[in-house]
Amino acid sequence: MSEMNIPKTYKLFVGGAFPRSESGRSREIKNPAGEFVANIALASRKDARDAVVAARSAQSGWANATAYNRGQVIYRIAEVLAGRFEQFAATIRETTGVTSKQASAQVQSAIDALISHAGWTDKFAQVYGGANPVAGPFFNLTVPEPTGVVSVLAGEQTDFADLVRAIVSVITTGNAVVAVVPESISLAAIEFAEVLATSDVPAGTVNILTGDVSEIAPWLASHQDVNGLDLSMLEAELAKNCEELGAETLKRILRKSGKEVTDLHRLETFVEAKTVWHTKSLS
Amino acid sequence: MKFLDYAPAPESTSILNLRGSYGLYIDGKWVSGRGGELTSISPATEKPIAKFELANEQDVDLAVKAARKAFEGSWGKLSGSERGKYLFRIARLIQERAREFAVAETLDNGKPIRETRDIDIPLVAAWFFYYAGWADKLEHAGVGPNPKALGVAGQIIPWNFPLLMLAWKVAPALAAGNTVVLKPAETTPLTAMMFADICEQAGLPAGVVNIVTGLGSVAGSALVGHGGVNKIAFTGSTAVGRQIAKTVAGSDKRLTLELGGKGANIVFDDAAMDEAIEGIVNGIFFNQGHVCCAGSRLLVQESVHDEVVERLKRRVSTLRVGDPLDKNTDIGAINSKAQLERISKLSATGEQEGATRWSLDCPLPGKGFWFAPTIFTGVAASNTIARDEIFGPVLSVLTFRTPQEAIEKANNTPYGLSAGIWTESASRMLRVADSLKAGVVWANTFNQFDPTSPFGGYRESGYGREGGRHGLNAYLQAGEVK
Repeated sequence: MSEMNIPKTYKLFVGGAFPRSESGRSREIKNPAGEFVANIALASRKDARDAVVAARSAQSGWANATAYNRGQVIYRIAEVLAGRFEQFAATIRETTGVTSKQASAQVQSAIDALISHAGWTDKFAQVYGGANPVAGPFFNLTVPEPTGVVSVLAGEQTDFADLVRAIVSVITTGNAVVAVVPESISLAAIEFAEVLATSDVPAGTVNILTGDVSEIAPWLASHQDVNGLDLSMLEAELAKNCEELGAETLKRILRKSGKEVTDLHRLETFVEAKTVWHTKSLS
Repeated sequence: MKFLDYAPAPESTSILNLRGSYGLYIDGKWVSGRGGELTSISPATEKPIAKFELANEQDVDLAVKAARKAFEGSWGKLSGSERGKYLFRIARLIQERAREFAVAETLDNGKPIRETRDIDIPLVAAWFFYYAGWADKLEHAGVGPNPKALGVAGQIIPWNFPLLMLAWKVAPALAAGNTVVLKPAETTPLTAMMFADICEQAGLPAGVVNIVTGLGSVAGSALVGHGGVNKIAFTGSTAVGRQIAKTVAGSDKRLTLELGGKGANIVFDDAAMDEAIEGIVNGIFFNQGHVCCAGSRLLVQESVHDEVVERLKRRVSTLRVGDPLDKNTDIGAINSKAQLERISKLSATGEQEGATRWSLDCPLPGKGFWFAPTIFTGVAASNTIARDEIFGPVLSVLTFRTPQEAIEKANNTPYGLSAGIWTESASRMLRVADSLKAGVVWANTFNQFDPTSPFGGYRESGYGREGGRHGLNAYLQAGEVK
C-alpha cells in the first residue's frame, strides 16, 4: 500500500520564523512539465520592511560574535546542508528541469562555498587590514567592520549555488541579509532557510523573501535602513533602477561585472575600513 | 600694540611667479577654455589673483580623449618601476618648490601659512612619494593576480585642501597606471595649475595628467557623464555625491566618494585635560573648520563639562585670527562669501533654536571673509547645529553621562567619517573605538593624516578609501588569471 505523499507548505523566512506573507498572497510553482509542485508565499512591501527590522535587530549581535564562532556557525550550515544533499538535488531538479548531475553540482558548489567562507571569518581582517606605518608617534591600525544590513537580490537566472554564495559572503564579515528570490529557486531557497534555522545562525541574521523580485527589490533599494545591495545577479534594467534608488542613501553596491565576481571582491564590498589612531608616549 | 602682542610677520609673496591668466592643461599643452572665465580672488583681501579660463563640455571631451590616448599609448606601455620614477620625481619637485606652493595655496584659499607650510604641502610630497613606491608592486595590492589599471579616471576635488586633495587623487591613480582628468574647485584652481608645471618639469608624458578648471554644473557634470571615463573619484558634499552615484548607476564606471561629516569628539572625565583641550581646538578650528572630518560635535562627560568649556574658551581666546600669510596666524579667512553666508546662517539658527553662543571677541579685517571662532553650549541632539555640517569654525557642545550614551549620541547622524576619543583608559578607548560608526577614529589626538593610513567614511560620508593600500585598490581591477 503506497502512503500518501505529504507536500510541504513553503513560507517566508523572517526573524528566524516562517510566516506567511502578511498580504495573504501566494503563487503556484509548477515543474517544467507544467504540473503543480507547491505554493510559495508572495512577499509584500510590509514583509520586506519586517525583514529589514529583523535583520537590523540581529546584525550587531552577529557582528559581535567572535570570528571563530561565526566560522563554526557557517561550517555548521555546510554540515546540515550536506546531510540533506539528496533532498536539495531533487528539489532543484524538479523545479528547474536541470539534470541530476547539474543539480548535484549546484548543491556541492553551495556546500563548498559555505566551507570556504567558514574559513574566511577569522582571516579576512588580516588580509584586508593591518598596521599602517605612519610618519609619527602613533599606533595606527585598519580593520574591516560589517556595513550592516545588506539586501541580496537574486535574478531569474540565478542558481542555488550563486544564491548561497552571495548570502554566505555577506554574513561572513558580520552583516545581516535580506534576500529576495524569484519563483525559479524559491523552493530550494526556503529549504535552505530550514537549514539555516537548524544551524545555530541567530534568528534574523538571514531573512529570505520569495516572490516577485522586480516588485520588492526597489523597496529595499530605497529603504533607509538597508546599507548595501548585491545587484550582481539581477537583470541589467532592474539593477540600474535599484542602483539609482540606492544612491539616495549612498548604499554600497555590488554590481555585475564583465568577469566573475571574486569571493574577495564580494567580501570587500560590504565592509567598512575603520582606521584607529592612538598616540604613543611614555608619559 | 599691547604687551605680548605679536608684531606682523608676513610671509613674502615675492616667491610667486604667477601668470595673469591660466588656460586648461590638456594633452601636455595649455589650451583655451571655452566655458567662460573667472577671476580667483584672495578670500583674505578680496584682491584678484589671476584669471582662469573654464572648461565646457567639449573641453572636457578633449581632455578625456587625451587621457585615453596616453593610457593606451605612452603611459600604458611603461613598466611599473618606470611609472614610479616619474612619481618620485614629482614628490621631489614639490619638496623643492614647497614654499612657493604654500604661499600660493594660502593666497588662494585663505588658510594660514603655518598650515600650508607645515601640513598641506609636506603631505602632498609624502603622498606622491608613498604611491610612487607602489607602482612596481601592484601584485601585492590585494586585488588578485595580474592587477591592472582601470583606464581614465575623472577626479573632482574641493576647495578646502586644494593641492592635498589633488595629491590624494592623482598619486594613487598614476601609480596604478591610470591617466587622469582632474577638475579643481572653482574658487581654488591656482595650485592645480601650478601642478601642471610640475608635471612638465617631471617630463610626464602628454595626456597623463589633464587639468580642467570649471564649474561643477558644467565641467564636473560632463566628466561624470562622459562615456570614456572608467572611474570617478569625488570629494565634496553629500548632496552632489548622491547625484553622482545616481548618474553612474547602471554603467561600468567605478566610483569612490569622500563626502560630508559631523564628527563627534568625545571627552571622558578621565581625559588628560591639557591634551584634550588642544585636541578639541585642533579638531574644529584647524583650517577654519573647513574640514569634512572636523570634530564639530563635542561630546563632554557631564561631570567635566563646565571645566572643559571654561578651559576651551580660555584657550580659544589666545588664537590669532587674521592675515593668513602672517606666520603667527592661527585662523585665516573663510574661503568664499557663499561659505561665510552659510556659516553665519547656521550659527543664527543655532541661537534661534536655543543654544548659547560664545564667539571670540577679536578684531577682524575689514576686507575679506571672516568668522570669529564660535562655541555653542547647551546644544540638543535635535538642534540643526548638531546635525548639519557647518564647515566652519563653529563647535557644538553636547553632554553625556555614560560611555553607552556617548556612543549612541556619536552615532546619531547619517554621516560616519571621523570621531575622536579622549580618555586615559586604554580598554575603554578600544571598546568605544569599536562601537563608533566612523571610518577614522582618533584617540587622544585629532586630525592626523598620513599617506599610509586609509581615510574615508561610513554611511552617508561616502565609500571607498584614500591612503594606504586601500586607496590604491580604488584604481585597480583584477586581471585575467594566466
